Amino acid sequence: MNVAGNTRARRRRRQGPLRRALRLRRVKIGLVLVTGVVLIAALGPLLAPLGATEYVGRPNTARVAGAILGTDHLGQDVWSRFLLGGRSILVIASVATAIGVLVGAATGALAAAHGGLVDQWIMRGVDVTLAVPPILLALVAMTTLGPEPWLITAAVALVTAPRVARVSYGAATVVVERDFVEVSDRIGETRWYVMTRDVLPNISGALLVEAGIRLTYAVAIVASLAFLGFTTGTNEANWAAMVQENRAAFAVQPWGVLVPTAAIVALTLGAGLITDGIARTTAGAASMGER
Amino acid sequence: MGVAKFVVRRCAVGVLTIFVVSLLVFVLTRVLGDPAAAILGPRARQPEVLSAKRSELGLDRSLVSQYGEWLRGLISGEPGNSYIDGRPIRDDMLSRVGNSMVLMAVAAILAVPLSILIGVRAAVRRDRLFDSVTNVATLVLVALPEFLIAILLLMAFSIGVFEFLPATSSVRGDVRPWNDLDGMILPSITMALLAVPYVVRSMRASMMEVLDSDYVAAARMNQLSSRQVVWHQAWPNALPPTLQVIALSLTYIAGGAVVVEAVFNYPGIGTGLVEAITTHDVPVVQFIAMFISSLFVACNVAADVGTVLLTPRLRTRLT
Repeated sequence: MNVAGNTRARRRRRQGPLRRALRLRRVKIGLVLVTGVVLIAALGPLLAPLGATEYVGRPNTARVAGAILGTDHLGQDVWSRFLLGGRSILVIASVATAIGVLVGAATGALAAAHGGLVDQWIMRGVDVTLAVPPILLALVAMTTLGPEPWLITAAVALVTAPRVARVSYGAATVVVERDFVEVSDRIGETRWYVMTRDVLPNISGALLVEAGIRLTYAVAIVASLAFLGFTTGTNEANWAAMVQENRAAFAVQPWGVLVPTAAIVALTLGAGLITDGIARTTAGAASMGER
Repeated sequence: MGVAKFVVRRCAVGVLTIFVVSLLVFVLTRVLGDPAAAILGPRARQPEVLSAKRSELGLDRSLVSQYGEWLRGLISGEPGNSYIDGRPIRDDMLSRVGNSMVLMAVAAILAVPLSILIGVRAAVRRDRLFDSVTNVATLVLVALPEFLIAILLLMAFSIGVFEFLPATSSVRGDVRPWNDLDGMILPSITMALLAVPYVVRSMRASMMEVLDSDYVAAARMNQLSSRQVVWHQAWPNALPPTLQVIALSLTYIAGGAVVVEAVFNYPGIGTGLVEAITTHDVPVVQFIAMFISSLFVACNVAADVGTVLLTPRLRTRLT
């Protein structure tokens, strides 16, 4: 690929696609869904009329005075638990994604910039972590210590980092071979300068898209763990755990399952719509076509 | 480098990867925390009880010798004894692995032909209703977490709108899955749906490429009916690029088994893993983790080898 074409493609990828993606209808719908759910998760705890573990009436009852959506399997208020139940999933997923993206991006860029044996060893390590299904790794990590918040965060970061590293490595290898990096190197700039001023700005577009995808997967993993019974606190209000707790009584009291299900569907589907839109505009009609 | 050498090398890398994964699993299950303390709970505060439990489970020996013994056991088919009841876990694991393999096989058999059909049809009906519906459906299936796909299917077919399929599998102990077909329907459909969107998208893309090619145009000019062109000439040529995606999508089925089995309480390795983690039964966790990872690696190796063998362009590049 010639340098001029390469630069032009890079530049277009850096400014254009996000803005072009925003004009797509699916991206708009996705943004509305995600923003709505994030607002509920963030502000919900301030609005919840009752505590998460307060007993309000007979368990699994749809019509209870003082509980709009009825009671759950332990006689707790479904509406309050719904307002309280999004925060821990989103906080853990966001923190884990942030750590994973930072570590992964740095590792991948470092391997690309260094080359040689360092490159080989790092990327082999990345391949090994990719050989374990994410949810499996997160589950296995909890065998002896249980679902500690820091452990879930660390496990999700651990499965995020190698995937980001691959993307970062791929984008950075292209940048590292380009002229201006060599110039910086020749005029004696430090490796840190080259990495932060030359390499990083040129791979940030690819990393941003990847971070979005990873956040969606992190939400899915944290939610799946909670669904399987691995939440950070006993009887903590948690959307995914609510689905599991109340599904046995679905026929008599559907709200305990329907409302949290709708929230997780809106969140993951919204994120999926956004990523799909960005992937469409980034790939470009000419070279990649459909993805 | 010849093809044979490539295959051997790729398999060797696979074995090496599984070996490193075993280190990772051992560190996560044995080094990260103390299984004896986890099993004892509050009683672990009494030092003599804790040390007795540790020596009972063989945790007082050096980590290196424990790792060596565990690995030797795995290779020779003796995955050790349960930390909970002290009995060998081999037979239970064998029956769980069998059940899970049946489920995965059914899911794969459902998923692959179905997604090829849908993908081809979506390409033929490009930008028409069928294509748009397929597009939205694949997007939804990719976005939703596995357990929600399972729950939504449950709500639709078992506990909600239609009530004709069992919500949990009743396969237990000596009853084999094929004797309880009803209990397998929803789990296998859910697991198939984990692979379907990826294969559909890949098949649609490569089929569109083929449909745009010169020889398809020529076949059309030769008065061949559209159906003949699609099903006799075009689709076999669109298949090879999709084969790698198919092999990779089998890894989604293998990985998805953990959650999907747990949702339906299907007595396979997934349900076994979740139970074992709750009870801190380390040998069971280790065995199941190694089994799923090995399956994962095997699918990846198969995808790489298959792609090279089926693509002449790549095959010649090896030499």
